[in-house]
Amino acid sequence: MDPHALLLSRIQFGFTISVHIIFPAFSIGSSAFVATLLVLWRRTGREHYHRLARFWTKIFAVSFAMGVVSGIPLSYELGTNWSRYSLATGNVIGPLIGYEVLTAFFLESTFLGIMLFGWTRVPPWLHVTSAVLVALGTMISGFWILAANSWMQTPAGHVMHDGIAIPVDWFHVIFNPSFPYRFTHMMTAAYLTTSVVVLAGGARYLLEGKFQEEARTMLRMGVGMVAILGPAQLFFGDQHGLNTLEHQPAKVAAREGHWENTGPAALVLFGIPDRDRELNRAEIAIPRLGSLILKHDLNGRYAGLKDFPKADRPPVLPVFFAFRIMVGIGVLLILLGLTGAFLWIRGKLFTTRWYLQAATYSWPVGFVAILAGWVTTETGRQPYVAYGIVRTQHALSPVSAGTVAASLVAFVLVYTVVFSIGIYYIRRLVLGGPKPAAVSPGPLPRGLSNRPLSLGAQPEEAAAGEARP
Amino acid sequence: MNPLNLSGYAYWLPVVATAVVGLAVTMYVILDGFDLGIGILFPFYPREADRDQLMNSVAPFWDGNETWLVLGGTWLLVAFPLAYSIIAPALYVPLIAMLLALVFRGVAFEFRWVAKPRHRKWDIAFAAGSTVAAFSQGTMVGGLLNGFRVEAGQFAGGPLDWLTPFSLMCGAGLIVGYALLGACWLVMKTSGEVEQTARRYARPLLLALLAFIVVISVWTPLQFERVAARWFGGSNMLYLSPVPLITVVLAIAGWRGLAGRHPTVAFNAAVGLFIVSFIGLAISTLPYLAPPSITLWQAAASPQSQTFMLVGTTVLVPFVLGYTVFVYYTFRGKVHPGEGYH
Repeated sequence: MDPHALLLSRIQFGFTISVHIIFPAFSIGSSAFVATLLVLWRRTGREHYHRLARFWTKIFAVSFAMGVVSGIPLSYELGTNWSRYSLATGNVIGPLIGYEVLTAFFLESTFLGIMLFGWTRVPPWLHVTSAVLVALGTMISGFWILAANSWMQTPAGHVMHDGIAIPVDWFHVIFNPSFPYRFTHMMTAAYLTTSVVVLAGGARYLLEGKFQEEARTMLRMGVGMVAILGPAQLFFGDQHGLNTLEHQPAKVAAREGHWENTGPAALVLFGIPDRDRELNRAEIAIPRLGSLILKHDLNGRYAGLKDFPKADRPPVLPVFFAFRIMVGIGVLLILLGLTGAFLWIRGKLFTTRWYLQAATYSWPVGFVAILAGWVTTETGRQPYVAYGIVRTQHALSPVSAGTVAASLVAFVLVYTVVFSIGIYYIRRLVLGGPKPAAVSPGPLPRGLSNRPLSLGAQPEEAAAGEARP
Repeated sequence: MNPLNLSGYAYWLPVVATAVVGLAVTMYVILDGFDLGIGILFPFYPREADRDQLMNSVAPFWDGNETWLVLGGTWLLVAFPLAYSIIAPALYVPLIAMLLALVFRGVAFEFRWVAKPRHRKWDIAFAAGSTVAAFSQGTMVGGLLNGFRVEAGQFAGGPLDWLTPFSLMCGAGLIVGYALLGACWLVMKTSGEVEQTARRYARPLLLALLAFIVVISVWTPLQFERVAARWFGGSNMLYLSPVPLITVVLAIAGWRGLAGRHPTVAFNAAVGLFIVSFIGLAISTLPYLAPPSITLWQAAASPQSQTFMLVGTTVLVPFVLGYTVFVYYTFRGKVHPGEGYH
């Protein structure tokens, strides 16, 4: 095993999967948002729901395309860079990904065609149904991939045979101990993050005095979702944390900066964990609060890092800080949601400029929290790739450091260019705002165009009667 | 053929799994083949309006098409982890090249519209991405036929082992093949000048593809003894003679379809050529999944895994095919030039 190839492969996988997760998280949320808007439109007949749905469909489509093309490399990197991981766990992980393809990828990618290009081609009910199926597909996709990831964290339902995991009970493989918690936590994060983007967009239009009707709907729906999902996420996160303490105590010790189990644990608010001296420098801590949070008992005790052999400890620093970033953002989002709800009840939501101003800056923080959360859980799983079964250093393919260095450079260059431009386009679409409906919502004009309205195609031009050349 | 002396279920399960992997790859090659072909033909349509038409003819389908690639790769991992763990590192360079190329062409479907009127870079990304993806896939087929150096159940060769004149030729051949599929698709799905241009290119492309098929069919048995033994050993030649005969029939059908008013016949003939070539490849390679040492039985996953996946596939693929057909039906007929965006 070449240590340089190992490090480079880890950086490459970490980089490609981090860039990827941004887009599915947003696609899960925005597809559900579009489906909700379309259902509301069909039920109420109110035109602005339709304009909003079209507008968000464009944004969703650009994000979804980036999710697709950044996702395919991941399934192949399991082979190119982590062939020994594939060999050791492929019997278990493989079918889970396979079911994701069969139940989710085909569903979403096929009905996406109708959702994006079928506005005038199919009856409205079928179009709405397609949007709902796409949203459902993104959820099912989350189900399977989080089952696979959770199995890597808390493997179950298998036996080891010559270093290869053989499944014996698929139910336990899929519903492994951490899966229900991780699934709830991540799906909530996706909806919460997207709701914050919707909220921020609505706030911006209100401040700029544009698209008032749409802006109010976006702000109300965003605030409502954040006010509910923010506190809910606190509860789900807490439950997830307790589950991690039960199954991956070393990860919890690392993320808490908890070195010694000598009494009730303090909650470390800040510190710089020092791996060599086995303590936190510049520590600010609240006594016993750690025990209260993790054991729900002021006198509770849990394992510290020193209870684990050095070779079995995860890297402390990144886990410790990433966790604090995630929790800090979570608290901010709860404040954002509850303050908004309070203003709404008082009837001042649309006129409180300082709140709207603050909200416009909130759009990226959910994504940062998602990335920080994944860094916490994935780095906290180290030094194992499949916890307790396969060490990361034994998972590497027989590839040379030079080859991986070349592919890493290529990935970084291509992803930086392509996805920065993509995010810039999404930003431009959001700033541009919803446009008047390009399609009459009435009985559809049959046999019009075979010509899919590309979502990117600016419908405002079409609405203005300018046929695209 | 069956070195492990397996019987019954243990023998047949990997065989069925191989057939499923083969079907998924065939579906991918045909479906994504024509939309990659559209990208390969992009440079031959300099006018923006024509390019809009090209892209619109596949826009509702491309994502579903590409999903078959994920299914094929995943099935290989599920059913044959050992083969997957040898083939993927061995083909590291062309695989990564293909993945990056697919990034460029995939985002182009959305970015090109959002970027207008400054979309030229995405025209280039779409054309170059499609061409490089096709070329990489071809070199992987060549690399697979070349075989891999395996020691102790792992790939033991270098990063450029796949790079041979033969694999480069396979890469070029696949570009031509996909371009033919794309041209036949355009003849079927577009009208006016776009259709006429596609018609002009389709016949030379058909001839070029046939030339590649002939060269590869002569080259492989000359270079690889196991391939020669398979095709010419014993009375195999007799049993296998339908393969070249069907190829000839399909070529004639395609030629005539392109001349006449039956564009569907031409497209189907091109698809047929791909299927026959794929069957020929299977005949040359099987039972090895990672030639020349790892057979499908050696590479097989645990029966629990293969069975679980097979049950899901049997139940779910009919649904997938059902709604795939539905989407193609929804967007049936020709895309016309000048039809505005309503």
